[in-house]
Amino acid sequence: MCLAIPVQVTALLAGQMATVSAGGVVKQVSLALLDDVAVGDYVLLHVGYALHKVSEEEAQRTLALMAEAGALEESLAEMRAAP
Amino acid sequence: MKYVDEFRDRARAESLGRAIAAAADPARQYNFMEFCGGHTHAIFRYGVQDLVPGNVHFVHGPGCPVCILPMRRLDDAIELAEAHGVILCSYGDMLRVPGSGRKSLLKAKADGADVRMVYSTLDALEIARAHPDREVVFLGIGFETTTPPSAVAIATARAEGLRNFSLFCNHVMTPPAIRHILEAPDIDPAQAVRLDGFLGPSHVSSVIGSRPYEFLAERYAKPVVIAGFEPLDVMQATLMLIHQVNEGRVNVENQYARVVTREGNVKAQDLVAQIFEVRDTFEWRGLGSVPESALRIRPEYAAYDAEAKFQLTEKESRENKACECPAILRGVKKPKDCKLFGKACTPESPMGACMVSSEGACAAYWTYRRMETLAEMAADRAAAKVAAA
Repeated sequence: MCLAIPVQVTALLAGQMATVSAGGVVKQVSLALLDDVAVGDYVLLHVGYALHKVSEEEAQRTLALMAEAGALEESLAEMRAAP
Repeated sequence: MKYVDEFRDRARAESLGRAIAAAADPARQYNFMEFCGGHTHAIFRYGVQDLVPGNVHFVHGPGCPVCILPMRRLDDAIELAEAHGVILCSYGDMLRVPGSGRKSLLKAKADGADVRMVYSTLDALEIARAHPDREVVFLGIGFETTTPPSAVAIATARAEGLRNFSLFCNHVMTPPAIRHILEAPDIDPAQAVRLDGFLGPSHVSSVIGSRPYEFLAERYAKPVVIAGFEPLDVMQATLMLIHQVNEGRVNVENQYARVVTREGNVKAQDLVAQIFEVRDTFEWRGLGSVPESALRIRPEYAAYDAEAKFQLTEKESRENKACECPAILRGVKKPKDCKLFGKACTPESPMGACMVSSEGACAAYWTYRRMETLAEMAADRAAAKVAAA
């Protein structure tokens, strides 16, 4: 539950929401905890909320490492399981 | 069988391991508490303990939100679902934790209560919108990373006039728990002396910043290094702690500077302060009553506070006496010191919360060091027999 996953913002939506994608999973998340997020930015996603902006390099490195450890699939499954 | 994951930067990990071995003084022991359950998990998942010398120890702390929620609060959540007929929404990690009589939220659901696993407070709000005729309660647990999402949920519910949504607030804070471990003599007087420093949590620190740890260095003379989640981060931070100890320095250092700042996420902090206030005290499994360590919903938002909205009964929730979860959460015992480990208590049939959450120490030992732990337990039993004879 503590783990945050880097995702890329693909569209900004009304009500401080955004569409993000990670590893083929597309999801609507909240940007209520961050200012100045733009399409293309990478953010750390935690329980449906963008917590922090990260660089693309940091995001890619973390994603690669999580994929290798099987942790990425776990996180994506959690995201998909949402109602 | 391979339990421990290899990682790409094995060479870098090994070179960091050599640097740690070169820096660590063989004449002394280094005990570093990793507060966060995510770090515990990473240390096991990647076998970090095996990459550092034997005199560098990771002491697992109480930073597993599922583990530290006392049984009473879980029993309350089960009561909300069963007796008050609400739709109880919870993060998945919480569902299998046994409450009184080993009853979990999952068991309550099987018995007919409306318990729903959600990924986010956003999902709980959506359920509330879809069921205007039902009361929807979100079971809020966790440290400073899950508190802002709960705050947003309440702010959203108020803005939308979503009167059937409320939060059962169990949010806790990291710095007071660390202070308690160092200060409360009834917990374990030796622990404060034994600990040489702390690995500060990654994402919690991205929210609160590094400043809230400065009192640890100032008042308790314990160094803190905030560490990222990756195994190399943990090793780098460990090396930084060893240098501080060797040089007699006590500073708050930030290994995870690519995400954590001194100020943290001010927007999230402001939202939390708007909705929540500090409780005088809160019960933690393992730590007992910890002063000013948890949050409650401000009276202005009482309409969204499940504790104000529903009359919860008094309960005598008792933890399972044989379960060593409390001592393990304080870092004074290891899973091998629990008689239930691997026998009465497994992830499939957990007796205690530390075996349920993947961030719990028992689950980490079970997943990544089961054989070694069971062998150590057998050796300890044999030694005890010899000593008794």
